[in-house]
Amino acid sequence: MPQKKRSPKPASGGRNSVLDLAELSLRQINQLLHDTDAGDFLIKNPRGAHSLACGLNAPLTVTIGGHVGYYCAGMNKLATVTIDGNAGTGVAENMMSGRVHVKGDASQSAGATACGGLLIIDGNASARCGISLRGLDIVVKGSVGHMSAFMAQAGNLVVLGDAGDALGDSIYEADLFVRGTVKSLGADCVEKRMRDKHKAALAKLLKASGLAGEVDIGEFKRYGSARRLYNFHIDNLGSY
Amino acid sequence: MSGDERWIHTPPRWSATFDPHTIAEIHRAAATGIYDIRGFGAKRKLPHFDDLLFLGASISRYPLEGYREKCVTEVMLGTRFAKKPIKLKIPITIAGMSFGSLSAQAKEALGRGASQAGTSTTTGDGGMTEEERRHSQLLVYQVLPSRYGMDPDQLRKADAIEIVVGQGAKPGGGGMLLGQKISKRVAKMRTLPQGIDQRSACRHPDWTGPDDLEIKINELREITDWEKPIYVKVGAARPYYDTALAVKSGADVVVLDGMQGGTAATQDVFIEHCGIPTLAAIRPAVQALQELDMHRKVQLIVSGGIRNGADVAKALALGADAVSIGTAALIALGDNHPRHEAEYRKLGTTAGAYDDWHEGRDPAGITTQNPKLTARLDPVAAGKRLANYLSVLTLECQTIARANGKSHVHNLEPEDLVALTVEAAAMAQVPLAGTTWIPGRGPQD
Repeated sequence: MPQKKRSPKPASGGRNSVLDLAELSLRQINQLLHDTDAGDFLIKNPRGAHSLACGLNAPLTVTIGGHVGYYCAGMNKLATVTIDGNAGTGVAENMMSGRVHVKGDASQSAGATACGGLLIIDGNASARCGISLRGLDIVVKGSVGHMSAFMAQAGNLVVLGDAGDALGDSIYEADLFVRGTVKSLGADCVEKRMRDKHKAALAKLLKASGLAGEVDIGEFKRYGSARRLYNFHIDNLGSY
Repeated sequence: MSGDERWIHTPPRWSATFDPHTIAEIHRAAATGIYDIRGFGAKRKLPHFDDLLFLGASISRYPLEGYREKCVTEVMLGTRFAKKPIKLKIPITIAGMSFGSLSAQAKEALGRGASQAGTSTTTGDGGMTEEERRHSQLLVYQVLPSRYGMDPDQLRKADAIEIVVGQGAKPGGGGMLLGQKISKRVAKMRTLPQGIDQRSACRHPDWTGPDDLEIKINELREITDWEKPIYVKVGAARPYYDTALAVKSGADVVVLDGMQGGTAATQDVFIEHCGIPTLAAIRPAVQALQELDMHRKVQLIVSGGIRNGADVAKALALGADAVSIGTAALIALGDNHPRHEAEYRKLGTTAGAYDDWHEGRDPAGITTQNPKLTARLDPVAAGKRLANYLSVLTLECQTIARANGKSHVHNLEPEDLVALTVEAAAMAQVPLAGTTWIPGRGPQD
């Protein structure tokens, strides 16, 4: 349903603005962010709002001071969004570029189907983190839940903690790096050799996430596709 | 044969249970160990619009002049929430079909034909091609479970958005595009390795159930600044509940696809044994809309087996706002045309029965990515054929509407219809012809 407008115009517009969800509607804030091509914004009182700062399409810097609901920074392009709290389902879903940083935990489907950019989650991510990943890089400093990287097509998922059941089920060409334990691997997902180029890629992602020198790359294992299920063959029926 | 022997050996008798097709399928399954995959929709005989008749006008009803009086066909879609609802000149749209399952030329032809007729066409798995956008005056952008090719820029370029929950040919199933059709361009658009057998997810990756769907719809509205109509497409399974839940979730338009609806590729067992016929799906969906006071406020598009203007008129009379065509549109472009008979024979089939759309060897250049074959389809000429066909559907629908005294095709109503069979009477909830009997209701209801 349309959000009721609480104020005829934003309390503060343009660059370096404070946008207060206690004063402005979600619609007003998103519209303002869509209509702006640059600037720094602080969004106060998010109070678990859904679809906050989604569809951004410019190099904005947006800091959200609190917890958010579903689809925060969904389909983000170019913008840098920092969530100073926890994020609900589908944070940064279908993100195309830019950077999204969750300082707390993230619910399920974090970074789902996302194509590019960097998603950092300081805490844990729930089930299906990186589901159908299409090129985004995700760094989770805690653990991820079951079915993470399901059908992941491209991009990287780095997990400093543990991974739940069925990691990388039906994975395509994405790379998964896990430092802790993996409860189980999904269909066609196998441990793979960590070559120099993978170590370099992992080091770059850790550095971009503010972890340069803090984590030993040698503690990670790499997982990816065995490519046995790319073409249907009756001999593989037991894998489904 | 002597006179006595003809009484010993009767002529061969085919089993109704193990008919020739069934026996051939058992032999095929035994030889290969894999289910049959094909395109097209359900091929079995089903209760359909042919089982209904319009009564026309007589003493108790007043007709419109067939050649002189106006019968309006325009339809507005997305009037519930969208800032920019779309206006179709005719109540017939082109259903979602992907670039990948279809050639780029076929997608362009669909856009050209639809635009000439003043209606919309729809993307599919894999996103939007430039050709398609350029040649489609009104383009609906599908958000599918796989999200292959999903791009917010394309979302913003679209005229409407369709969240695909299901498809009539395979309600509960995901898309399928076999390796033969994953060309370099298709693979790039879908971020997949070239030549793999793509089997799409059947569930959306970031929402589950109607409460989530409401939030998802809200996100899409926020991303597009509440401008675009949002459709929710469901395969006909439980149309009363699915329609009610789509309305509850905030849909502007519900698209209801019956089991005769086509697919580019799915298991034959899925196509023939899941979902319900289009005829059986419409009235429960309309009932849900009416009970929610949303009939005509949330528009209903019905698809699955629409072939002629009579089918269009019957769907509208049962309460739909518009219909959608897929298989018929491909046939209008040139699919299954007898001019390709020699090549169909080489593929082990015949014009009119060709359904191996998944193999990428379509002689008509429509359901293929083979450049030699796709070059055969002239998008301009094929688009014109589609426009002609859409024109015929519209004229036929208007002919029937005028004969029933309607100055707008939306004024057609169930009262204008009777059924030829008990089954159709029960499904369409109109009386058996010559009676007042609607199965499930008393004659006085």
